[in-house]
Amino acid sequence: MTTKKIRSHQHLKEAARRAQKVRQKYRCRALICMTGCRALGAADIAAAFKEKLVAAKLNKEVAVVETGCIGLCARAPVVLIEPYEYLYGGVKPGDVDEIIETTIRNGKPVESLVGVEDGNALPKIDQVGFYKAQHKAVLENCGRIDPKRIEDAIARGCYEAEAKALCTMAPEEVIEEVTKADLRGRGGAGFPTGLKWSFCRKSPGDEKYLICNADEGDPGAFMDRALKEGDPHRVIEGMTIAAYAIGAANGFVYVRAEYPIAVEHIGIALDQAREYGLLGKNILGSGFDFDIEVRIGAGAFVCGEETALIASLEGKRGMPRPRPPFPAQKGYHGKPTNINNVETFANVPLIINKGAKLYSSVGTDGGKGTKIFALAGKVNNTGLVEVPMGATLRQIVFDVGGGIPDGGKFKAAQMGGPSGGCVPGQFLDLGIDYDSVKDIGAIMGSGGLIVMDESTCMVDVARYFLQFVQSESCGKCTPCRVGAKEMLHILDAICEGRAAIEDLNRLERLADHVGKASLCGLGQTAPNPVMTTLRYFKNEYQDHIERNQCPAFVCSTMLSFHIDPDRCTGCGACARACPVEAIAGEKKKTHVIDGGICIRCGACLGACPPQFAAVYRRSGKLTKREKQKKPRSKS
Amino acid sequence: MQSDRNAPLDKTAALEICRSMGQITSDSLIPILQQIQDSYGYLPAEILFEVSRQTGLHVNHMFGVATFYEQFHLEPRGRHTIKCCRGTACHVRGGREIANTLKRQLGVEEGCTTADMRFTFETVACLGTCFLAPVMMVNNDYYGNVASSRIKSILEKYK
Repeated sequence: MTTKKIRSHQHLKEAARRAQKVRQKYRCRALICMTGCRALGAADIAAAFKEKLVAAKLNKEVAVVETGCIGLCARAPVVLIEPYEYLYGGVKPGDVDEIIETTIRNGKPVESLVGVEDGNALPKIDQVGFYKAQHKAVLENCGRIDPKRIEDAIARGCYEAEAKALCTMAPEEVIEEVTKADLRGRGGAGFPTGLKWSFCRKSPGDEKYLICNADEGDPGAFMDRALKEGDPHRVIEGMTIAAYAIGAANGFVYVRAEYPIAVEHIGIALDQAREYGLLGKNILGSGFDFDIEVRIGAGAFVCGEETALIASLEGKRGMPRPRPPFPAQKGYHGKPTNINNVETFANVPLIINKGAKLYSSVGTDGGKGTKIFALAGKVNNTGLVEVPMGATLRQIVFDVGGGIPDGGKFKAAQMGGPSGGCVPGQFLDLGIDYDSVKDIGAIMGSGGLIVMDESTCMVDVARYFLQFVQSESCGKCTPCRVGAKEMLHILDAICEGRAAIEDLNRLERLADHVGKASLCGLGQTAPNPVMTTLRYFKNEYQDHIERNQCPAFVCSTMLSFHIDPDRCTGCGACARACPVEAIAGEKKKTHVIDGGICIRCGACLGACPPQFAAVYRRSGKLTKREKQKKPRSKS
Repeated sequence: MQSDRNAPLDKTAALEICRSMGQITSDSLIPILQQIQDSYGYLPAEILFEVSRQTGLHVNHMFGVATFYEQFHLEPRGRHTIKCCRGTACHVRGGREIANTLKRQLGVEEGCTTADMRFTFETVACLGTCFLAPVMMVNNDYYGNVASSRIKSILEKYK
């Protein structure tokens, strides 16, 4: 039994060649997303493939690969067939027979499962608009390898950068390269990574620590989840290079507990990397020692802040502390510590492999390389998206995202989660990078990008984020603890029609104070969603306050539901759907909604058959007739 | 239920967890609490006192940490846990109404357990499956594109 340990750079190259040979034994590979798509039954599809390939005696020439996120989550569960590059969406176990017969035996696409754009069937992945407008670099292996098999990663060149850095470069050279590449922190703030590393390297002390912040807590963000689940080796490789650069012997991955698959995949990847000598003592014969421990977060958004995260690792309440001293000076148990985000680490191997010059040829002055976005909300192609820095919102939402569903109109994109802001349509053609986004009041953030259409109320969105921040505030500093709550009270009043126009000034003043006086990033950026909506959608605030009207029909206290007696046939669908029995009426006779009982949930509106469309909603002042509940004449 | 709650709990699992941690430092606390909760379903006070005796970690520190993090529960939990996603993508696709419907049907507020101990109802910041929005989870099962009208039939699957 020979050991799997890889002892040198040369040895790694041989291992990669061996792994590639194993891959080439299969003429065809069925790649099945087993992370996000698992929620929609991907496990059954994988089982069906395995069983039916054995039955068809094809299991020796066709591999079934359980991969990470392939990207196009909107069509989950997704299957990709190599080498044909046919992408199938909405696959069911019953489709497997046809895929085997048509594609695997005969090399033809299964028409019923391929994507359709403008009436044209697009079987190949690179024909689909969603992928055409993207630039896959950090995500190059995600969805192409089995994250539970290190051989798959090595075959695709993983750990090559680690070998290059550890065996041929001095730590200072690594830092220099990362600095020249102008890599900036992908967690949100965009601090230059090379500079951060050099602070930690220069900090006195023999015992240093490296932490990977994988506590992706922003609602609407799943980029880091996809990376951890789909290509954990890239993250480990990036961390090992960083540890070598700063001189750390121990590292942590701090993962949130809501991501069980990520925890599992990182654990497997770490065990395999140790077994192969890519982690642990004397890595690749370079004499450098480094190991990583996984810690599972206990559920606190504020632990995404670096000093709070360190407190949590030390077994304390996860509260931030004032900086300086920065973690690079006094971090984990008072030792110099460097913290970076998952995506930041995942960029490092690219820089080392390609060199700073080539890496930084992608992007703009306000940000180099690519950025991964989690595209969701009111957009057709929800999913995981990687574009060069400087791509416009229009490219992301319309070219990649395929536009707004149901003929809706773009209203805003929320970028950067609770710390970010709402970017209105006038900036659709703005190139997105750290600086440009900051200029318009949002932040790049970790990369959550939620598209909103006309049915989204911007005041309600501001209230939503403030609710989130307020409940996640750790309570240590007063501006955040009390200020956010007071801001929330004002927004509640606006949404419920109890506010006066002066309240907008109070809100703005409070937002300014909270932003300036809070201790950590959570409080400092908490006013951003409010400030951007006030700046770009002030008319909606005014509608709420002055006309008691919610133009998007969201704020329920400003809504009323009615039944048009001329259209109502008395089918009773609305009455059956109503959760509070607010609708009365005999069979085949006009029904009436009792506004006093109605909780304005909208169930009746959804239940009324479209051919009748008798239920309608109003926001703002009612007409006299509606107040009297008298029949409305046909227009 | 009441008689069960007053019965003394079996401490063997807790003792085993403390032993398996090896050298106890302040770092050990959160992993210990996570394992205790995995094993007992929640963090019973008498078990925490026992852990304190075994490890020398202060019990007031333990309660401080346990009450800070959302994942820790000091009360027994329902047989099934419902997590309703309140992330941004779910919010703009009607997540609030899903949460309201659940509240109405279960008759409990967020973070509470139904009187028959069948369900514990929680809202979470984001489940990270925004493409399924609005989404809810019961135990480890995901339900995507949930409509209020489907909730009743979803809950009926869990007795």
